[in-house]
Amino acid sequence: MIIKHRRLLRAVAVSVVAALALAACGGSDGDKPSASGGADDVKAALEKGGTITVWAWEPTLEQVVKDFEAEHTNVKIKLVNAGTGNDQYTALQNAIKAGSGVPDVAQLEYYALPQFSLAKSVADVSAFGASSLDKTFTPGPWASVQQAGGIYGLPMDSGPMALFYNKDVFDKYDIAVPTTWDEYVAAARKIHKADPKAYIANDSGDAGFTTSMIWQAGGQPFKVDGEKVTIDLADEGSKRFAGTWQTLLDEDLVAPVQSWSDEWYKGLANGTIATLTIGAWMPANLESGVASGAGKWRVAPMPQWESGAHASSENGGSSLAIPEASKNKALAYAFMDYATAGKGVQTRVDAGAFPATTKEISSPDFVNKKFPYFGDQEVNKVLAASAEDVVKGWSYLPFQVYANSIFNDTVGKAYVSKTPLEQGLADWQKKSVTYGDQQGFTVN
Amino acid sequence: MATTTALRPAQRARSKHSFARPRRSPLLTALTGLVMLYSLVPLAWLVINSTKSQDDLLSSFGLWFGDDFSLFSNITDTLTYDDGIFLRWLGNTVLYVVVGAGGATVLAVMGGYALAKFDFPGKKSVFAVVIGAVAVPGTALAVPTFLMFSEMGLTNTPWSVIIPSLISPFGLYLMWTFATDAIPTELMEAAKMDGASELRTFVQVALPLLAPGIVTVLLFSMVATWNNYFLPLVMLKDPDWYPLTVGLNSWNSQAMTAGGDVIFNLVITGSLLTILPLIAAFLLLQRFWQSGLSAGSVKE
Amino acid sequence: MVATGAVVAPAEKPAASSGHYRRSWAGWGFLAPFALVFALVFLAPIAYSIYLSVFQDKLIGGNSFVGLDNYKQALTDAAFYDSIWRVSLFLVVQVPIMLFLALLAALAIDGGRLYGASLFRISIFLPYAVPAVVATLMWGFMYGSQFGLVGSINDFFGISLPDPLSPTWVLASIGNIVTWEFVGYNMLIFYAALRVIPVSLYEAAAIDGASEVRIIRAIKLPAIRGALVIATIFSIIGSFQLFNEPNILQNVAPNAISTQYTPNFYAYSLSFSGQQYNYSATIAIIMGLLTMAVAYVVQLRGMRKAL
Repeated sequence: MIIKHRRLLRAVAVSVVAALALAACGGSDGDKPSASGGADDVKAALEKGGTITVWAWEPTLEQVVKDFEAEHTNVKIKLVNAGTGNDQYTALQNAIKAGSGVPDVAQLEYYALPQFSLAKSVADVSAFGASSLDKTFTPGPWASVQQAGGIYGLPMDSGPMALFYNKDVFDKYDIAVPTTWDEYVAAARKIHKADPKAYIANDSGDAGFTTSMIWQAGGQPFKVDGEKVTIDLADEGSKRFAGTWQTLLDEDLVAPVQSWSDEWYKGLANGTIATLTIGAWMPANLESGVASGAGKWRVAPMPQWESGAHASSENGGSSLAIPEASKNKALAYAFMDYATAGKGVQTRVDAGAFPATTKEISSPDFVNKKFPYFGDQEVNKVLAASAEDVVKGWSYLPFQVYANSIFNDTVGKAYVSKTPLEQGLADWQKKSVTYGDQQGFTVN
Repeated sequence: MATTTALRPAQRARSKHSFARPRRSPLLTALTGLVMLYSLVPLAWLVINSTKSQDDLLSSFGLWFGDDFSLFSNITDTLTYDDGIFLRWLGNTVLYVVVGAGGATVLAVMGGYALAKFDFPGKKSVFAVVIGAVAVPGTALAVPTFLMFSEMGLTNTPWSVIIPSLISPFGLYLMWTFATDAIPTELMEAAKMDGASELRTFVQVALPLLAPGIVTVLLFSMVATWNNYFLPLVMLKDPDWYPLTVGLNSWNSQAMTAGGDVIFNLVITGSLLTILPLIAAFLLLQRFWQSGLSAGSVKE
Repeated sequence: MVATGAVVAPAEKPAASSGHYRRSWAGWGFLAPFALVFALVFLAPIAYSIYLSVFQDKLIGGNSFVGLDNYKQALTDAAFYDSIWRVSLFLVVQVPIMLFLALLAALAIDGGRLYGASLFRISIFLPYAVPAVVATLMWGFMYGSQFGLVGSINDFFGISLPDPLSPTWVLASIGNIVTWEFVGYNMLIFYAALRVIPVSLYEAAAIDGASEVRIIRAIKLPAIRGALVIATIFSIIGSFQLFNEPNILQNVAPNAISTQYTPNFYAYSLSFSGQQYNYSATIAIIMGLLTMAVAYVVQLRGMRKAL
């Protein structure tokens, strides 16, 4: 009991001090709090040292943590894998609610970040020096971590989309690699006709994939203005995607296999799943998950909606953010900065991560790297170009985690029954609107 | 009463040889064999696939062996992956099972005995309260429990896993019905007459008679604690305290992570290794159904 | 008819002789450790949930007292009714099949007429020991109609089995997994109960020359009635709380299994993806009351004779 009280007292003391420190550097009002004061805090925290906890599932961070600790011997970092994606968000939400056990840094995918920043569960880090990182990151990810003038995280990696394809399959049936979605549908027919067990792709309904596709098609189904939210899953871009995908579903041209299952890896290995339209982080997964596919796979730009266009979108990718309840934000920021904008980036790129920083993404070493797995193709050239082409103006819902969780309840019906995709999207919209209203947003 | 004498251990121990052993039936064996086959086919998948490398897993048919026999390298890899964290998880699991399942059995046996053999104020409502509490879906209670434990400073410690495992409502009821049938009240009265205390009566008279029930409850609690997944997932964030199930799942979800190491082969081999200790425990414990430990209460 | 009397009579006697010891507070002494921990890990969170169920917490607008609004919402929630209907159907079909198989196996193994009885015992029990993660992988493979076992069977025989993961069949597929997991579990309960039947009962029957079937019906079944009732009650609770298996299978059949598939799944989704802790608690409380009512009826009908 005594120990507990002491801990509580200390916690109160620390948070009071932290609050004062924040107030001192003017974090609450004004767009641009005195950045230098915050940056000084960071320096002081690094000198003082201490222990921080980082929740992340990104494997490349392990080495980054080791390097950081070697450089700052008085800092100790506890790197904890508290689950992947949703599991971790739930854990984080619970810890925040309980007011204890909250980490100092947490990995949050871009689609999940608004949910936490809107509830002010994660801190605005502009004051610590983030506002000066303007040109450091590629535009897509950088836009994703900002909200209403605040910066709520630093981009750790990105996932500009590309078409990964099994060259053997395309060669075998003498099919050209599609450059437009129309050609894609035609190729899908040819492949499935040539081998009824083979499909151009798998898709069993995936919220992340669908939103990325709508993004590339120019749709902006989610618009957020503070507490006012607009959802329109029947806009131009959404319809465009739904039309083409309906054809694929109607003619059974995509394999009903769940991504990331062992059946999926099997299909990627034996050529029955011929392409993946997916984020730039995929090469490392193919290399470790489908080792037998070495030499067969290649990467091409994402098929286009208009011939000759250059449009792409982001798929996945995460940021690091500092929970508001962290007791050592300055030190947390020091690590976060190191991992996402400092030396840590190169370490992570070397381990196979796809960067969100302009410097690394355009460095000759990176762009010209030959991938033996991809038949010595300079894969990063394609992927870096895609990062440039990401369509601007996209945003996720401030409750996207929930919306994605009900995607298969609604849109998923189109994959297993006669429900048209457009109807599914309409249902998804309806349920998301209901939830938004219940949560106190003004929706549509 | 006639039954009292019939139930006296000494007498029953003698009579057990006089009861003829029935003939074995091939037909019945075959029929039960079907049920057994049903149980074993998925497990055969597990055994077969633990002999495959990650590559073979994807390229060969599930119910037959792959090109290489990689069982031993898989086992070595499982035990050494990530600085041998598997062994740490195994140790944690053993700790949770010994303390949690052991404790659960003790509590259930004592409680069941009380319900079966004593009449005390409030007894009638015990059943209703326990059933009512068990009937509330556990997944919805996870968050309130988490918040409470967090308040008490228990989350992320072994206690947050062990304390909830101490309760086995099912074990309580099993022991209740067992004790009702298996312990003749006359035996307890006799012990009392000889001047034994309540505790002594419980330990020396009741426990031996309850052996088959105790073994069953222990086995169930062990398996339940061994496979406990949801609760540790919610309560623990430090991989150093993970039990095997949560650890294996974190390996499994590596396959769903950008840049993650895909190690289905280690997940499968790890799972096989996870089941083995349970089989061993089962084989050890099943002697207690057959041996004469509980004297007369067990036939054959 | 003479045999009937002789066989049935002893079966009732142990029950008569094992009446309660005597009225005393000593009973609480034995029950206290269980009761204390139980209060901490069950009663306290339930009390907390009841408290939660009369509030509403919004992302925008914060926490407010709403009285019984959550309950009103639940009682008009079509998704909630859907899920209850689904588990009721499951209960009526799956539980009898599972308990019947378990009883059959227990009687066969106990009857001493099997070759290698202990091998059967452990084999049938084993599925219960398989962790959920592995079950996912295993059944994902078994049910896979593309590259899985079902797919291979279709190819090999040139037939087309219905897809076990399609919306039409997935409930049956879940039933199959649950049966697979719990036949052995229930078998052991019955088996253990059969082991405590006093030998003297069988001797009486043997003297009367009663047949095997007669012995089962007149001695064995009445003697394990307590275990049967318990297993039934807990299977009912298990069905109403069906969660693990649909949750596992959702990984491979996301479109066939919705996040509101069963009441427990619904409560889980509300709480874990939607952060609607309050409504989730409401659903849990209602389900608790409903399950308790059903279990209580079964207990009243079955247990009264047994105890």
